Amino acid sequence: MTWFIILGMALVTAIPRVIPAYIVDLVQFPEWVNKWLQAIPYAALGALIFPGILSVTPDRPYVALAAGGVAILLSWLRVHVILVVFSAILTVLFFTI
Amino acid sequence: MDYEEKEEKKMQIRDGFVAGSPIVIGYLPIAIAYGVLAKQAGLSLGEITGMSLLVFAGAAQFMGAGMIGLGVSAMEIIIATFVLNFRHFVMSLSFINQIKHYSLKVKFPLALGLTDETFSVSSIYRKQVNQSYGYYFYGTIFLTSYLSWVFGSFLGGILGEIIPEALSQSMGVALYAMFIALLVPSVRKQKRIIWISATAMVSNFLLSPEIGQGWGIVVGTLVGGLIGVFVLEEENA
Repeated sequence: MTWFIILGMALVTAIPRVIPAYIVDLVQFPEWVNKWLQAIPYAALGALIFPGILSVTPDRPYVALAAGGVAILLSWLRVHVILVVFSAILTVLFFTI
Repeated sequence: MDYEEKEEKKMQIRDGFVAGSPIVIGYLPIAIAYGVLAKQAGLSLGEITGMSLLVFAGAAQFMGAGMIGLGVSAMEIIIATFVLNFRHFVMSLSFINQIKHYSLKVKFPLALGLTDETFSVSSIYRKQVNQSYGYYFYGTIFLTSYLSWVFGSFLGGILGEIIPEALSQSMGVALYAMFIALLVPSVRKQKRIIWISATAMVSNFLLSPEIGQGWGIVVGTLVGGLIGVFVLEEENA
């Protein structure tokens, strides 16, 4: 039964992921749709960051916000993404230990 | 094979490793946590690893394993997974449009391996699309992410909680920090992008308590993207 559930989960996850690989060639999008699709990464990042980041430290959302603030500041200063990631981890660790 | 071609491929693979490494750092602790939770929910090691191999979707796997443990019906679990992962349809549409000229042989595996994280990294690193062997770059990002996810779940399933809780909670911020580090440079370059992201954030924040996390991200992404139609500058990629 568990395998049946896993296979079902796999199918309903995979199908929406691969359909675009087949349809993008078939349709010619108007310019505004192309622009919409180009903006999707920035929108998706926004929707993924907030409010999700608050769930990192559910009992103390300000800790997650502080780590987010550190990440914003460092990436604005063009610090490499790996260092941004480690600094954010250390920020949470600092408040947790 | 031509020496120069070989060097170009190597370079793309190396760049792919570097670009994908934050995903690996973020995935490992989460995958281990998933393995631990799934084991507590009563899944076997084969099922734990198999779910990672076949589904490859973090939040949905946490939810699925939890629901299996609670004895929820298969239909409900599968429908909930569909709803939660439907956002990948929107992301895939955007990413596939970015790599439009690639052959289906390349597009298919990349689409299949699309997650929030592989999508975010690949869609911010756009210039590789038009470089020779750019698909080695994207392929490396997707493959390293996939392998670290599968490997981490397996580890969590056999070893249990190998990361101390304080550290694993702290590492939970890794992927959010990566998302921020991907977004901020784009905003810095083109300030108006903030309107796209902020709209998506606010929409998701207001809507997800009403319509659930899955649809919240879908609607937030679509609405935010729509703002892009008006504010985004013409791109000649």
